[in-house]
Amino acid sequence: MAEKTQDAIIISDKDNVATALKNLAKGTKVLARGDILTMEVNLKDDIKFGHKFALYDILSGSDIIKYGAVIGRASQDIKKGEHAHLHNIEGARGRGDKK
Amino acid sequence: MKFIGYTRSNGTVGVRNHLLILSTVACANNPVRNIAQQLTGAVPITHQNGCGHLPREAERVHRTLVGYGSNPNVGACIVVGLGCEVIQTKKVAEEIAQTGKSVACILIQESGGTINATAEGVRIGREMLSELSKQQREEHDISDLILALECGGSDAASGITANPAIGVASDLLVKQGGTSVLSETQELIGAENLLAERAVNKKVAEDIINIVKRAEQSSLNFGVDIRSTNPGPGNKEGGITTLEEKSIGAAHKGGNAVIQEVVEYAVKPSKKGLIIMDTPGTDVDSVTGILAGGAQVCVFSTGRGTPVGAPIAPVIKIVSNTQTYHSMKENIDINAGKIIDGFCTVQDIGKEIFNEIIEVCNGKMTKAEQLGCGEFAIYRDSPTQ
Repeated sequence: MAEKTQDAIIISDKDNVATALKNLAKGTKVLARGDILTMEVNLKDDIKFGHKFALYDILSGSDIIKYGAVIGRASQDIKKGEHAHLHNIEGARGRGDKK
Repeated sequence: MKFIGYTRSNGTVGVRNHLLILSTVACANNPVRNIAQQLTGAVPITHQNGCGHLPREAERVHRTLVGYGSNPNVGACIVVGLGCEVIQTKKVAEEIAQTGKSVACILIQESGGTINATAEGVRIGREMLSELSKQQREEHDISDLILALECGGSDAASGITANPAIGVASDLLVKQGGTSVLSETQELIGAENLLAERAVNKKVAEDIINIVKRAEQSSLNFGVDIRSTNPGPGNKEGGITTLEEKSIGAAHKGGNAVIQEVVEYAVKPSKKGLIIMDTPGTDVDSVTGILAGGAQVCVFSTGRGTPVGAPIAPVIKIVSNTQTYHSMKENIDINAGKIIDGFCTVQDIGKEIFNEIIEVCNGKMTKAEQLGCGEFAIYRDSPTQ
């Protein structure tokens, strides 16, 4: 699936986040590739290997989609190219703290 | 496809031929260690359980000990207890003996103390070793294999490389009539609907939804965000943000096969094909349960790197990224990071894992076996009294 030129992977074309396949630097233009979709994204943050960044502007409260499935929701607005992780995504499941 | 293993009289096939020295209670751990130390290659199992359990948990601990001793990789077994504990040592030994293997039972109170119990165990164990050494491997079909699917210390690459590649290997085994066991119910939270769609019938679909509901409820009952423990700190550092994300990545280990059955912790599947066992999200507890359910071999993915093995079964470690492969090479059997590096596809690594499973079943030692990594822990969910 992956090729050597690839910076990040879009696992499903429904996804609104991509996963970095190497350490990526803020301010660079990177190539995120899926089976069909390929996107160029200007990174607004450093993205470490394995971490996610937004492929589109995502509004607070919207679903975060990876693997073509919902993996959580945005806890604040996330701009295209921003690091998408604990600071701006929350899980929807197993939230005993919200009871 | 065929492999060579040890034919057991109850029709199961071992890929190892261990002499197991099994403690049924924490009070018996000392003679268990002593007996195993005197006997070349004997495997001691010591633990903190065996007494003061509430009934449901006592039943689970009993079932796990019986299942572990009954595992086809165990050629003979000495069960050691104290004599007054909740877990009845003689009953454990009797139930293991139903498999047809050679089993002895030693109670410290009946033997007259630690020294006598140890001596008795060494005498019996030496004769057992002699018998085991005469057994030869024979050819069997891989449909006799039960494969445990596990992950521990995952990172975000696990769900892209190692877990889908394990899924390919699992599908290959299932296609040829074998059995594969997906586990860790807590790490199916968020993936349950995708899995339920693959259930063989409505009952199995409901079972999948129900065990996930139960696992989620047990976390909700503590009134905390599940992310305070899962994903763990290393998972988060590796880029996994939510439990749902970790779960969907983890479920890839089960490939695309139809799910035939859901079984309780440490229960042997009654069907072949892909099975889900209801185990906790802790890898060591989970592997112990699947082995007690009869699995002879385990494939285990990791991203952060882990040395975890099992005392009675080979654990094949698949790492998700090349960096960890290089930093923990002595603990890793296969590098699925080659997928990200662009040298292989998920299919390629899946086939490599499948071939490694067969070689390891034929006798090749895994890294965990070479280094003596063999962890054991029984899933507990209630206090001792």
